[in-house]
Amino acid sequence: MGVDIAIAYVDHKSVPSKPGARTRTMTSEPPTNRAQGPDLDLETALAAVATKRDVAAFEKVFRFYGPRVRAFMMKRAADHAEAEELMQETMTKVWKQAALFDPEKGTASGWIFTIARNVRIDAVRKTRRPEYDPNDPALSPAPEIAADDALELNQNAERLNAAMTKLPPEQLELLQLSFFEDIPHGQIAERLSLPLGTVKSRIRLAFAKLRDTLGDEQ
Amino acid sequence: MTISHHVSDALLLDYASGTLEESWSIAVATHLALCPPCRQRLSAMEDIGGAFIDRLDPEAGSESEDASWLAVRSAVLSAPEAPATTPKSPARDDSAATVPEPLRSYLGVDYDKLKWRPLGLGAYHYPIPTGDKSISTRLLRIPAGKPVPEHGHGGRELTLVLRGSFRDGDDLFGAGDLEEADEHLEHQPIATEEEDCICLAVTDSPLKFRSRIVSLLQPLLGI
Ligand SMILES: [Zn+2]
Repeated sequence: MGVDIAIAYVDHKSVPSKPGARTRTMTSEPPTNRAQGPDLDLETALAAVATKRDVAAFEKVFRFYGPRVRAFMMKRAADHAEAEELMQETMTKVWKQAALFDPEKGTASGWIFTIARNVRIDAVRKTRRPEYDPNDPALSPAPEIAADDALELNQNAERLNAAMTKLPPEQLELLQLSFFEDIPHGQIAERLSLPLGTVKSRIRLAFAKLRDTLGDEQ
Repeated sequence: MTISHHVSDALLLDYASGTLEESWSIAVATHLALCPPCRQRLSAMEDIGGAFIDRLDPEAGSESEDASWLAVRSAVLSAPEAPATTPKSPARDDSAATVPEPLRSYLGVDYDKLKWRPLGLGAYHYPIPTGDKSISTRLLRIPAGKPVPEHGHGGRELTLVLRGSFRDGDDLFGAGDLEEADEHLEHQPIATEEEDCICLAVTDSPLKFRSRIVSLLQPLLGI
C-alpha cells in the first residue's frame, strides 16, 4: 500500500512550493470513507509526515481526518465557518507535531482527538487544561513496555472499535455525549434526567466491559 | 510510591473529554504525573475519543474539501519548520523539582518555601488562584496526628496527598493517592503520626469554619 501511495502522489512532490500557483488536479485516490477504524495506512502516512515531512502522506491523513474533525468541531462551534477554522488549526498542528505521535502509546485517531480537543478547549471553552509534563523529572516513570505488548497496543484501534460496537446503547450514548457534546458527567445526568449515581455506574460499567472485551481478545 | 486510590472512571472521562474545570484538573493531572497506570487509562480513553472521531460522518462535499486541503497545505508549507519536540521543562533553580507538574507551575517553589497561612491548631493552608471562582483550590498542611481543621461538605471534594499520609476511617491515603468525595460521603481525614501531611484540596462546597468570626471575615481574608 505504501507503494501505491508513492505512485498516486508522485506528481505532487514536484509541485513548486507556491501555493495556489497552478490549478491542481486532485489525485485519483478517493477519500477514505471507512466507518470502522483507522487504518494502519493512516498510521503509516502519519509516520511519513513525521519523518519525511511528506506532503502527499499528509494529504491522505487530511482527507480522512479533516472532515471528521470539522464534524467534531460542529458540535460546539458557533457556525460552519468557525468549525472550518478550528479544523484547519487542528490539522496544521497535526502536521507540525506529527513527530510526537507515538504508535506504542495509542492510536492515530486518539492522538488526533487530543489535538482537536485542546484546540476546542482553547477556542470554545477558553479555560486552561492543566496537564502533566512527560519530561518532568518529578514524573513517576512508566515501566518499560515489552516488545510483544507494544505490538498488541498497535493493533488496538480495530479491536477497540469492535469492542465499542458491543457496548449497550445507553453506555455508548454516555461516552458519546461526553466526547462530543462537551459536557461533564454531572450535566449528562441532568440532561438525561438520570441520578448522578446511575451515570457514574454506567460509565464504570462501560469501561469495565471495554477492558474485558479487549482483554479477552489478547 | 505505591498508589492505591486512583482517579475514578467518571472523573477521568471528564478530564479525557476536556470538560473538567481547571481546578479539578490540577488534582487529576498531578495524580497522573505520579501514576503510570492512570496515564495508561487516560490514553485508552483518548483512543475511545479517537474512535468516535472515526465514526463521525464527514458530511461536506468533495469540492469544499479540496478548498480546505489547499488552505491547510499552503499553511503548512509556508510555516517555518520547527523541530516537533515537546518543549523541555526549562531548567529551574530548582527548589521546586520535587513538586510534579502541573502543580509546580501553580506554586513556583517547593512546599517548604510557600507562604503558608495559619488555620489554627497548627494547621496551615496555601490558596492557589485559578480561573474557577466557585471552586476552592489550596494546599493544606496538617500536623502529624491531627484532623483536618475544617473542610467542605455538601459538594465534590478531591484531596491529593503530596507528602506524608492521612487516614479516613479505615482507609490510608499516602503520597500520590487521590481521595474523591461527594456530598454523600461523611469523612474526617486525620494526618498519620509520622509526619505532617501536605495535600492538595479542591472543593466546590462552601468551606465551613468553626468560628463565626472567621466565617464573617472569610470574604475579607480571601480564604
Ligand atoms: Zn492512579
